[in-house]
Amino acid sequence: MRLSDLPQNLAATVTAVEALGPADPIARRLRDLGFVQGEPIRVVAQGPVRRDPLLVQIGYTRFALRKTEAARVQVNPGPGSA
Amino acid sequence: MSAAALRVALVGNPNCGKTALFNLLTGSRQKVANYAGATVERKEGRLLTPAGRSLQILDLPGAYSFDAASPDEVITRDICYGEHPEEPAPDLIVCVADATNLRLHLRFVLEVMRLQRPMLLALNMSDAAKKRGIHIDLPGLQRRLGIPVVETVAVHHNGATELLRQIDAQHLPPLPDTHAFGEDLHAEVRALLAATVQMPTRTARIDDAIDRVVLHPVAGLAILAVAMFLMFQAVFSWAQPLMDGIDVGVKWLGDVLTNALPEGVLRSLLRDGLFAGLGGVLVFLPQILILFFFILVLEESGYLPRAAFLLDRLMFKAGLTGRAFIPLLSSFACAIPGIMATRSIQDARDRLTTILVAPLMTCSARLPVYTLLIAAFIPQRSVLGIFNLQGVVLFALYFTGIASALAVATVIKRLRSDRSEHALLMELPSYRVPHLRDLAISLKERAMIFLKRVGGIILALTVLLWFLSSFPAPPAGFSGAAIDYSFAGRIGHLLQPLFAPIGFGWEICIALIPGLAAREVAVSALGTVYAMSGDGDALAAQLGSTIAQHWSLATALSLLAWYVFAPQCLSTLAVIRRETNSMKVVLIAAGYLFALAYGASFITYHTALWLGS
Ligand SMILES: Nc1nc2c(ncn2[C@@H]2O[C@H](COP(=O)(O)OP(=O)(O)O)[C@@H](O)[C@H]2O)c(=O)[nH]1
Repeated sequence: MRLSDLPQNLAATVTAVEALGPADPIARRLRDLGFVQGEPIRVVAQGPVRRDPLLVQIGYTRFALRKTEAARVQVNPGPGSA
Repeated sequence: MSAAALRVALVGNPNCGKTALFNLLTGSRQKVANYAGATVERKEGRLLTPAGRSLQILDLPGAYSFDAASPDEVITRDICYGEHPEEPAPDLIVCVADATNLRLHLRFVLEVMRLQRPMLLALNMSDAAKKRGIHIDLPGLQRRLGIPVVETVAVHHNGATELLRQIDAQHLPPLPDTHAFGEDLHAEVRALLAATVQMPTRTARIDDAIDRVVLHPVAGLAILAVAMFLMFQAVFSWAQPLMDGIDVGVKWLGDVLTNALPEGVLRSLLRDGLFAGLGGVLVFLPQILILFFFILVLEESGYLPRAAFLLDRLMFKAGLTGRAFIPLLSSFACAIPGIMATRSIQDARDRLTTILVAPLMTCSARLPVYTLLIAAFIPQRSVLGIFNLQGVVLFALYFTGIASALAVATVIKRLRSDRSEHALLMELPSYRVPHLRDLAISLKERAMIFLKRVGGIILALTVLLWFLSSFPAPPAGFSGAAIDYSFAGRIGHLLQPLFAPIGFGWEICIALIPGLAAREVAVSALGTVYAMSGDGDALAAQLGSTIAQHWSLATALSLLAWYVFAPQCLSTLAVIRRETNSMKVVLIAAGYLFALAYGASFITYHTALWLGS
């Protein structure tokens, strides 16, 4: 499922980051920031308006992502291997 | 300084504590400038190590990756690669990483190692790491990386001792050996962490607890509102007396110092040109310092990105970003610190939009003009039994400013050719107690930037406006006000046909010219045009009754509308010039504001006439 659809506080694991188009700088940046396969991930908070942006815990870091950004990240609910 | 100083560059992810480390190393021996042709700040400092080695330290902008996503990151990449046109590659790279956030920061460290330049790794925030029970096997990490690794605490006065000792220990560390790295740096990082770091919990418990409240949809917004309210209370209650004091003080100084001179051109130049200009520059300082004090505390503590998180959705709809909120809010006090505060917006496109709409926020300098006109023309009548009509008009003026800022931002979003998606992707760092030394250094930096880069322009323009309003002097028998005969007066008369369709008489046209120095100057300029003398409240009262007789209500409303939009403040244009490094942006800003002002005044004037006033 997409990270943008992941319920809050449900532990999940990243499976992939999908690029929108051939050169998607946002997808590349997401990978650089640690959104890579096997990484445990969790949505810890949601913005007050239309639950956007999302606050995502990945690794030891928290990132705020707009939903369109989070939609690029595929996740698998359930604790990961890493 | 000897030419042989070792050139050291500090490199690291944002929020690794690099600025604090730079401040610790170089203290007040810093030079802040801009990289040529860019609006990115270049910070350099000097330092003599305990062993007597002379270092020239460059604090490169924070970067997550060499796959650059912002002008800041481009600079960092180019310099590290040795591809920057003016900045040679550093002799030594000190890579700074947050010891509590190694999963993220080590990846960039590995990327830097691939450059094959002499480097060492500083694990900063090692105090915070220890407190959280994070154990790092330093010798093990050093062995695996093949570069020297030291721990630093950038907020302790001897927190960089180890780092300096390491720099003194050998001429340069050996080049890093990266041939064992695979393509996948994330996998390398995981392997390194698994072998050398023990971390009991992934996040600091205190951060989780604070965020649960601060990011709560209801409580979070309430806290934000209270914080902003307090900030504004402070700005207005602390800055106003200081500003008045500076006003009086500089005027007094100008009088005293020019007292010995005979009344004449030179004295007038010094007193009404130079000292008035100096006062005009200094008077901004209290607001700038107080606002930036709060902004820096919010930023250093880690709250600023939280505020941006809460507001991003609302701002994004209008083509802005959550990060634009604080700069725009500051612009209610004064657009100058507001525009300077847009530096916290990393995305260049978002930053530009914010700068362009910031002058639409009703700054405090518009208030004297609003008060004068409202008191003179709007009756003290109650509306719906509870509201005061004067208050309603004032509110409408503020509201129009905000609404038009959102509208303009939306239009900019529609018009621009670059439709690509720009990400929020913002790290929310751990909460930290702001460090006084870092606050003081940053505050001084802001003040100096304003005084050096913007102050000169304001001073020069004030002298120019003085010249226009004083020359040529009227001949002996001239009956009107002296300003009427001057260049400013003539320009005012020349402009009058242009402004006639929006109901401005020549008196207003003339007053608009000295009013370019600062909006509130227009009030005293009107006084000069009507040949009144006096100061402050007395002048305002006298002027109020005069214009109430001379102007129609339509003219007054039209002038109010003018002041909502008009680029009536050259200081704002000067700071836009400085912050964007582009005359084109200044012209665009001035042009669209002028057009909006003219349009709004035109509609207001003719609607009012049509309604029969
Ligand atoms: N406890 C602790 N706090 C630090 C240390 N270094 C920096 N900080 C704090 O971390 C925050 C961010 O630091 P800053 O230098 O602005 O980060 P930069 O984004 O890398 O320039 C500030 O509030 C600093 O006071 C450190 O070694 N220990």
